Formats: sequence, structure tokens, C-alpha cells
Amino acid sequence: MELVTQITLNHYLTLSGVLFIIGLAGVMLRRNIVVIYMGLELMLNAANLALVAFSRFGVAPNLDGHVMVFFIITVAAAEVAVGLALMVALYRLKQTTNTGDLTSLKF
Amino acid sequence: MMLEPLTFWILAIGLIAAAWSVILQRNPVASALSLAAGFVLLGILFLTLGSSFLMMAQIIVYAGAVMVLFLFIIMLLDLKTEEKRPVPYARLTVAVLIAAAFGCFLGTALTALPRGGEVLSWSRPAPPMDAGRIGELLFSKYVLPFEVTGVLLLVATVGVIMLGKKEAK
Repeated sequence: MELVTQITLNHYLTLSGVLFIIGLAGVMLRRNIVVIYMGLELMLNAANLALVAFSRFGVAPNLDGHVMVFFIITVAAAEVAVGLALMVALYRLKQTTNTGDLTSLKF
Repeated sequence: MMLEPLTFWILAIGLIAAAWSVILQRNPVASALSLAAGFVLLGILFLTLGSSFLMMAQIIVYAGAVMVLFLFIIMLLDLKTEEKRPVPYARLTVAVLIAAAFGCFLGTALTALPRGGEVLSWSRPAPPMDAGRIGELLFSKYVLPFEVTGVLLLVATVGVIMLGKKEAK
């Protein structure tokens, strides 16, 4: 019962781990590049959750975790923009977003 | 006193459901919308940890900008529901095995954590975590990474423009 009513650091870390595994499974299972990207975003967010939780509950609570999450959010935004531009370029060449059709190294 | 666990569990279950929905929907638009819901739920989880600044950043950057990009690309590439292809069972098995192995790994690490510790409680004041303090850190201790991030954003912008440009005929 205490496990349900007393929320500690471990709860947040477990949630973060579950999210990360779901994202990982998505990245490996799906064949649509856009959805693979969404899985990657899920994994990044899982890491963010763990960082914020450590920042709040850690031995010496401080804001370093928050700053790191802030940087991760910024870099993830840049990464999504570049990744999606790559997808558009790829789509122009091959008219597909399915990884099964993108196996050759040279077009 | 029951408010904290109730909020946490509702958010946690919603978040896991949204994540499942992201990877299982056949329609990319449905995946993207589930992902947006997940981002908002995660933002609220940040708030439960006392970080209103990160909640705003999460909702504005992820649920706003990143989701708009995803939906825009889905619209631009005209991605419809994935056509039914034979399920690649070999690949499915390998993916599930790797995920399960990683799950065992994480489970071992999590069970090794010390039990108990500080309990989440909103009546007890959390360490001050407002945007001002984060700003002070950004411009003192983390000023170099901050500047490098600025350069990174510039490089990304230029790169995206170059990638997106049509070849000059």
C-alpha cells in the first residue's frame, strides 16, 4: 500500500524506464521513419523525466538537472528540424518513408 | 495527502497509454497526436516535481513547435496509413527480445535502488526552482554550453535551409 500512496524518486525512475523501453521498442519495430523519430523523442523525454526527478529528490537537490533538461529540449528541437528536413530530401529522391525500401547506400 | 499519489498515477498511466499508442497506431497522424498528448502529460509531471519553467518549455517547444513540425511533414509527405505488409516475425522477435533484455537490465538497476527516501509532498516547500535561478545558472556556470547551443541552433537552421532547398536547375 505504501508503494502506491507514497511517491518517491523510485516511482519517477521506473516510469522513466518504462517510457524509455516503449520508445526503444517503437524504434526497432516500426518501419516508417517518421514514427521511428517519434520513438526517439519518447526516449529523450524519458531521460528528461529521470533528470528532473534526480534534480528534485537527489542527495543535494539543485538546479543542474533542470539546466541539462533545458539543453536537451533545445538540442532535440534542432535535431527534429534537421531530421525532418533529411526526411523531406529523402522523400524527394525515393518517394518513400519506409525503411525497408531504403536499403541501398547509393541512389 | 492523497492528492500527490493520485495525480502521479493518473499522469503515469496516461503517459504510458500515450506512449503505447504512439508506437502501435498504424496512422502516423494518430501517432503524432498521441505523442503530443504524452508531451503535455510529461510537462504536468515536471510541474509535480516543482518545475514550472520546464513545464512551460516542454509544452511550448515539444507540444508546440516539434509537434507542428511532425504534423507538417506528415501532411507534406502525404503519409497515409501504412499499407499492410506481411508482419516480419523475425524482426518482431528480435525487437521484443532486445526490449525485454533492456527491461531486465533496467529492472535490476531499479530494484537495487534504496527503498524509501523522500516522499513527494507539495505541502513541504521544495527547493526553489524558478526560472530566475535557472537563468542565473545559464549565464554563470553554464555560459559556455549555452553559447554553444546558440551556435548549434544557427548551424541547424542553415543546414535545414540547405537540405530543404530545391536543386537549382
